[in-house]
Amino acid sequence: MGLDFSIVPKYLDILLLGVAWTVGITLAAALLSFVGGILFALVALYGPWLLRQPFRLVSWVFMGTPLLLQLFLIYFGLVQIGIDLPAFVAGSIGLGLHFAVYNSELIQAAILAVDRGQMEAARTLGLSRGQALRKVVVPQAVRAVIPPIGNNMIALLKDSALVSVIGVSELTLSAQRVIGKTYRPFEFYLAAAAFYYVINLCMEWVQRKIERRISVSR
Amino acid sequence: MDTELMLKVYPFFLQAAGLTIVLSVLTALLGLVCGALGAAARLSRFVILRFLGAAYVSVFRGTPALIQLFILYFGGPQIGIQLDAFQAGVIGLGVNAGAYMAETIRGAIIAVDRGQTEAARTLGLSRWQAMARVVLPQAARLMVRPLGVNLNMLIKATALVAAISVVELTYTAQRYIGSTYKPFEMFLLAGVLYMAIIYVTGRGVAWLDRRVRIH
Repeated sequence: MGLDFSIVPKYLDILLLGVAWTVGITLAAALLSFVGGILFALVALYGPWLLRQPFRLVSWVFMGTPLLLQLFLIYFGLVQIGIDLPAFVAGSIGLGLHFAVYNSELIQAAILAVDRGQMEAARTLGLSRGQALRKVVVPQAVRAVIPPIGNNMIALLKDSALVSVIGVSELTLSAQRVIGKTYRPFEFYLAAAAFYYVINLCMEWVQRKIERRISVSR
Repeated sequence: MDTELMLKVYPFFLQAAGLTIVLSVLTALLGLVCGALGAAARLSRFVILRFLGAAYVSVFRGTPALIQLFILYFGGPQIGIQLDAFQAGVIGLGVNAGAYMAETIRGAIIAVDRGQTEAARTLGLSRWQAMARVVLPQAARLMVRPLGVNLNMLIKATALVAAISVVELTYTAQRYIGSTYKPFEMFLLAGVLYMAIIYVTGRGVAWLDRRVRIH
């Protein structure tokens, strides 16, 4: 069976819908991973011992096992304890938590890298510890980690393909569905790859813009 | 927690972990070869090779490994490439890992001071000799740790071949989750094995890194 790319435009609407879901789940998971990453970093650095230790174990497990395995655990595990979430939500949570752990590592390092004098000065000016963290230390740390977090978000986009296995109708699963009808895997997986590549380029472009903006205001 | 069930099925997980290790080793070897070629192309004097190297790195790092695997395994037969799932897994993951390793290797080579090459050339070594005898031995020391990071990612990425039904750890866990409805227990079994593999590899990389740092 030869190649015939002329069939691709006929199914473009299905693929584009897949693109929309891929962008949607990437954004949802990215937001979760960013907020979660800050929370996790604060718990790991300043949380009480009883919270810190189990937390360290969880992040160690998340970094030591494949994302695909974690997605199976979250999707089927939640069902087992009686929480039947839509695949999109389960997928966002799985992707988001996975990358929150990685973001948390970056943010922890960045918080530790913010000069101690900043915290001391804020405390001297009468801010509480929590206020000093929230208004002085964390904003500076977040700015320093934006470039590496951007790299994590691009990795997240590519890993979002994995949620196709738990039934989220994003780009990969959309391509699979079309292939189920047309029996043309090469053409449609290649088309999907092209879409991912374009989204990836867009993200890199946005990343460069943001990096330029923060480096100017520094 | 159903320990009885875990005791009953763990031999299958051990066997699957064996396959995950074999996959990781083969993928890492192929990745190193592709990575070295990719880095050499990107550092080449010839524009065409530089372009090909850059395109390889950009395309394979810019699209999901899962899709690359699917193109090779499901799409391959359309262009005359017939591979079984295991072969497709090794080749697909290896070529993908190679794109990441190419950047690591290139980074290490660039990090070696230019003065080293210049001094070697001044002493009468040819371009190749300077690269092989002066730059590469120093770059090799620098690349152990970042290649270790690539290896860590690669081991976790072998889970993707579960999607083309290679019976490695993740596929085994997925199958038992489906048949027993005990996701947590099965995750625990597979997770412990993955972490053991990654821990041992990490220690090995750290050991090697210490070794090559002592001159």
